[in-house]
Amino acid sequence: MKRAAFGQIGFPILLLIPQLVIIAIFFYWPAGYAIQSSFYLQDPFGFGSTYVGLENYSRLTTSRTYLSSFWFTVIFTTLVTFFSLAIALLLAVKADKVIRGAKTYRTLLMWVYAIAPPVAGLMGVMLFDQSRGNITQVLANFGYDYRLGVNYWDTAAAMITVSIWKQIPVNFIFFLSGLQAIPKSVREAALIDNASGTSRFWDITFPLLAPTGFFLLIINITYALFDTFGIVDTIVKGEPGNNPMTLVYRVFVDGFRGGDLGGSSAQSVVLMVLVLILTVVQFRFLERRIHYT
Amino acid sequence: MKIIKIAATAAFGLTATGSFAETEITFWHAMGGQLGETVNQVAKDFNASQDEYKITPVFKGSYEETLTSGIAAFRAGEQPNIIQVFDAGAATVIGAAGAVIPVEDLLEENKLDFDINDYIAGVRYFYADADGKMIGMPFNSSTPILYYNQDALDAAGVTAPKTWEEFAEVTGPALKEAGYIPLSQSHLPWIFTENFFSRHNLQFASNDNGYTGLDTQIMVNHPAIKAHFQALTEWKEAGLFEWYGTGWSDNQDPFESGEVAMWLGSSGSFGGIQDRVEFNFSATMLPYWEGVTTEPTQTFIGGAALFAMSGHDEAENAATAAFFDFLASADTQVMWHKETGYVPITTAAYELAAEQGHYKEFPAAEVGIQQLSLPGGDYTRGYRMGFYVQIRDVMNREYGRILTGEASVDEAFEIIETEANDLLSRFAQTQG
Repeated sequence: MKRAAFGQIGFPILLLIPQLVIIAIFFYWPAGYAIQSSFYLQDPFGFGSTYVGLENYSRLTTSRTYLSSFWFTVIFTTLVTFFSLAIALLLAVKADKVIRGAKTYRTLLMWVYAIAPPVAGLMGVMLFDQSRGNITQVLANFGYDYRLGVNYWDTAAAMITVSIWKQIPVNFIFFLSGLQAIPKSVREAALIDNASGTSRFWDITFPLLAPTGFFLLIINITYALFDTFGIVDTIVKGEPGNNPMTLVYRVFVDGFRGGDLGGSSAQSVVLMVLVLILTVVQFRFLERRIHYT
Repeated sequence: MKIIKIAATAAFGLTATGSFAETEITFWHAMGGQLGETVNQVAKDFNASQDEYKITPVFKGSYEETLTSGIAAFRAGEQPNIIQVFDAGAATVIGAAGAVIPVEDLLEENKLDFDINDYIAGVRYFYADADGKMIGMPFNSSTPILYYNQDALDAAGVTAPKTWEEFAEVTGPALKEAGYIPLSQSHLPWIFTENFFSRHNLQFASNDNGYTGLDTQIMVNHPAIKAHFQALTEWKEAGLFEWYGTGWSDNQDPFESGEVAMWLGSSGSFGGIQDRVEFNFSATMLPYWEGVTTEPTQTFIGGAALFAMSGHDEAENAATAAFFDFLASADTQVMWHKETGYVPITTAAYELAAEQGHYKEFPAAEVGIQQLSLPGGDYTRGYRMGFYVQIRDVMNREYGRILTGEASVDEAFEIIETEANDLLSRFAQTQG
């Protein structure tokens, strides 16, 4: 690859400044502030604050509900990431084969992407509503008494389903373009060597899609961890109650709704560290096994 | 360049004349739907009643969201003149001395009449400090009452229950027999916890329910309330009671659709129900346990109060004071009371509504105020606990676990006690 060189250091820095300023203002400054306030207990209005050292952190480790939110987040993220990737991949592979009306078919699949998370959550609430929900009625026909907002796992199922549904189009678009980028010659060569569609997919197509898949994996984990906030909030109707909560939603519930800024700062620092670890692990171990062409 | 200058002068000129003519103030509230429309009407009436001041009401979402926005705005120096804060947030806002101007001081500084004895007894001291000085102006005062579907009760051949014993033995089974789900309720911490304590005159927290100190301990782990929740689980098992989750309307909707015969909600729900339901309905006081007390006492006022936020100039504070004065006037109160069902906050307003024959026409509208005017006791004035929004969240979570069979009553109440006390001691630390 050819390297472009700058004559002096000043110009590239000048070009970088807008980006750096944005990162500093919107990431480093609030992150630093969160770390600082995680060591204090603050009056919500900002009049008084007491230094409490690591107490905000230590109480998280003993809190039964924080740990249950943690495990729920792990399950939630795993399921949402896995299913939204798997279903999108399946749809992309099938859409790739469609010849007649391909554009209409693809547009229909991408449509959902335009829906805002809270709206998606609201549609979920309507579909899963206790008395009027269509899905609730379908399940009732099978003899299952589905209770959104009452039964912990029923509510969790609605959150997971809506989150998966919302994320499929993004994954679909990337997978489809990834598939279309695979050279025709490679596919034809594979077709001569092996007649089975399934093994052609796993031996040739899937490894060639890996860079796209890896990128999407990171995007999807971040989505499940953070961007599902709006869906979770609308499904529980702003009342956490005995409903499942993701860690991000908990930061909001304890900090903004409950007024405990110190405690919720500690929670967001924990989240920051988790994301940092996750990113390092992904790049260290997963990326090595991926070959970019 | 020239155009910009002209535009700037024009814009400046406009605002200058605007502020010269009238002082503008903002009012953040949490009243959605039909209630929001009535708030807008009150503001409109105020603006039309004089030409010195102009108030703009802004709907900020739920009670919790409104308080959160207010706090964030205060920290950024952008606070509204008036903010509506609900019962559970009272300790937070009253604890932050300097964030608000006590309504009593505000009115007196602006030479407007104020006498705490004009306010009805149940309303008077909830939003007051330990010395009895009114800090927040009670605005939408409500209390939990029992609404019932008259047609359903007639079909079952029963009357609304006065006590929980009567419900368990007579009303509940008869309604179930008639094909109804007898009972639902919309707010377990408010109706079945806080007001359970006041209805039976039981102490809810140390330090005089939290009014006289910060080192308060909650006394929620009480045998009477545990027996009540034990009864609830049994009623649910027997089909006498249903719980539709923590959401308020999830529990109210089945009552309005006629599936549930009796519903415990807010006296402020009256206006909305009246607009929506087709069956005959009425209301009565919150039932009590005869086994716990034979002399049931008044309940706490719920709903919310208006607080004047500090950091504004004198002209704006004068406008705020004028609005408060307008709000407390009997005419405004009666209009608000009739439209929404929230109780009138002054004796004068109550008498005026009675004079106009409002209660002859709608007996259910008087239930809330009658319940608030019942004899009080040592523990019926209210409660003051910090981080109470989080404490309610803990209660909701544990009550949900009880009613879905995930936790026993004993276990859940122990958890509530421990976690609530932990939150209270944390709140005390923030104030230190």
